Amino acid sequence: MSLEDARAGTLRHTPLIDEHRRLGARMVPFAGWAMPVQYAGIVEEHRAVRQRSGMFDVSHMGRFEVHGPEAARFLRYISTWDMTRLATGEGHYSAVCREDGGILDDIYVFRLEADRYLVVVNASNAEKMRKWMERHVSAFNARLVDRHASTVMIAVQGPQSLELLAGVIGRDFVAALKPRRCGETEWRGRTLFASRTGYTGEDGLELVIDAGAAPDVWQALLDAGVQPCGLGARDTLRLEAALLLYGNDMDEDTNPLEVGLDWVVTTDDGADFLGRDALVHVKEAGSSRQLVCLKAADRGIMRPGCPILSSGREAGKVTSGGYSPTLSVSIGMGFVPEEFGTEGTQLTVDVRGKPLDVQVVPRPFYKRPKRA
Amino acid sequence: MPSPPDLKYTKEHEWVRMEGDTGTVGITDYAQDQLGDIVFVDLPSAGTTVSQMQKFGEIESVKAVSELFSPVSGEVSEVNTALADQPELVNDSPYGEGWMLRIRLSEPAEIDQLLTAQEYDEFTAQEDS
Repeated sequence: MSLEDARAGTLRHTPLIDEHRRLGARMVPFAGWAMPVQYAGIVEEHRAVRQRSGMFDVSHMGRFEVHGPEAARFLRYISTWDMTRLATGEGHYSAVCREDGGILDDIYVFRLEADRYLVVVNASNAEKMRKWMERHVSAFNARLVDRHASTVMIAVQGPQSLELLAGVIGRDFVAALKPRRCGETEWRGRTLFASRTGYTGEDGLELVIDAGAAPDVWQALLDAGVQPCGLGARDTLRLEAALLLYGNDMDEDTNPLEVGLDWVVTTDDGADFLGRDALVHVKEAGSSRQLVCLKAADRGIMRPGCPILSSGREAGKVTSGGYSPTLSVSIGMGFVPEEFGTEGTQLTVDVRGKPLDVQVVPRPFYKRPKRA
Repeated sequence: MPSPPDLKYTKEHEWVRMEGDTGTVGITDYAQDQLGDIVFVDLPSAGTTVSQMQKFGEIESVKAVSELFSPVSGEVSEVNTALADQPELVNDSPYGEGWMLRIRLSEPAEIDQLLTAQEYDEFTAQEDS
């Protein structure tokens, strides 16, 4: 058999690299960064997040603050979702599109203060997004502050996370953070940002703090019983929750409407934004393809790039695929023509020459149980 | 931990244990550790002919798929059907219950081309450095 050579050479390090090494993490290159792919094992980490609490170093994701009286107008102009609707202490997900509607990135924007916002972008797009925002911010009375290198970002996810976080960063502060809300507090003399968001399908917070405090926060969370988790589990968790991954499920040749992100495209405010005309056109004309959720009916594992067949003819390709630890079967997402997008449609995925029967199923694959 | 001294190894991380004219084949502890949680093993059926260093199957971990190469040539006489329902046996017991195939050798001399345990351990130590 052949083992992928996953060694970290001249890669960027997050402020937590020593912590990862001390914990025996297996490091892999990801978007130019040396990142932990797993510590104890992907399935164990996946279960820790579904059942208890796990944390991820997501410092590789780009972080920018936007300051100034026209920060909201600037963010509205580059986002498909109307960012002027954000109240202070709120966050929202959005796409950033080119003029032709192609997705440059998917982002999360938080309003920290009236004239101060935090924008979180994908690691793989951080440089591209910095240039894109720099190019467009000059037309507004606003400025961009790159916080990528000066801060660390840690996602703490899972049903016990809020309780454990309350003990570490403050009970009243955590209790006040409703879903998709954000806030800042002080932790050991430093400003700590937290938002009730994540990328796993579980409840939890995402934290941003000065890089210098990174080892202390990480250790405090470890001491509280939060399990360190790597990018491997992050991918299986987000796939079960049917959350999209930039570069797999969308890219610059994809528009938000065909990947099910119509809920982050607001055109009713009448405001101009990058990609507006193209997206209005797609909305009127309809999409020729759509991203669907696929669940295997048999053993075998669909992976990105596998062709999706209908009656022996290629209908599309798997964009994300793998093994679901929760469902103990292979799941995936992929593009198919509209007529194959109906739930219950039987399709076949060509797994390196072997047919794997799959079914179009509702999105997401996994929804967290309601807890009292 | 040193690899079991009674087995022969490939640089592709398979092992073979000889008993008479039959070799039992699996993947090494090093390999299962590198792969992580194994969730599917695709093996040929009994009666299939395999050739030395040719692909005989695939192994899927949560992370990725990898090809399996046969350390020896011959006919598959037995397949570990337990792996269909319990692929994790490869993680738990790579040299025992996680075995994959028994092969009746057609070219017994091929064994001499394989690595000893010591050579294999030196090889993986280099890969890790």
